[in-house]
Amino acid sequence: MAPRAAWRLESLGFRKVYIYAGGKLDWMAAGLPTEGKNAGRPRAGDIARKDVPTARLGDRLGAVRERVKASGWDSVVVTNDDGIVLGLLRGEELAADGDLSMERAMGSGPSTFRPYVSAREMAEYMTEHELESSPITTSDGRLVGLLLKQDAIAAAKDASA
Amino acid sequence: MPTEIERGEVQELVGHGGRLVEVLPPEEYEDDHVPGAISIPLKDLDSDSVVPLERTSPVVVYCWDTA
Repeated sequence: MAPRAAWRLESLGFRKVYIYAGGKLDWMAAGLPTEGKNAGRPRAGDIARKDVPTARLGDRLGAVRERVKASGWDSVVVTNDDGIVLGLLRGEELAADGDLSMERAMGSGPSTFRPYVSAREMAEYMTEHELESSPITTSDGRLVGLLLKQDAIAAAKDASA
Repeated sequence: MPTEIERGEVQELVGHGGRLVEVLPPEEYEDDHVPGAISIPLKDLDSDSVVPLERTSPVVVYCWDTA
């Protein structure tokens, strides 16, 4: 649709016409603000916990577990140096042999969600699929935060009140 | 010939006076749009609807994605 609009503008005499290739999806997936009726509604990116602990593939599980517990969490997201999500460890996985590397211990390729998904949709999906937490990432896989089901449900209730 | 650009270039162009145009149907614009964008749905794009735009300034059009 955008390419056709761009060509139409050129036919109307515009000489500096650009197409934003990623479009609105790319903008919202990056967690950037929008304007409009939905702009004030809570979304996954707004309510995801940004202080979730992270670890690297080569880290030892035992050391990570201590750090995660000390910070009051029971989950840790494994990322590379650029913040790209590579894995996720929750309760049982965190309790495994402390000598394991995170690479060996983690669940690879966790389902991730984009920041623009509404709290209501997230609450419904996480409840239906029995997900206690879900990483929220930009479209290129960069960690925004970890969304807890309880937070999604609470935000969805507040928005509909 | 229209040029495809990425998000960072969009922000730069808009910061230097470029205009953003969402070409999706108006109800989709009303739900969510990129800040500062105006709505000119593709089906309404003609010499009358482009009056708010200057032909000598950069114009960035977008929809949901490149489809």
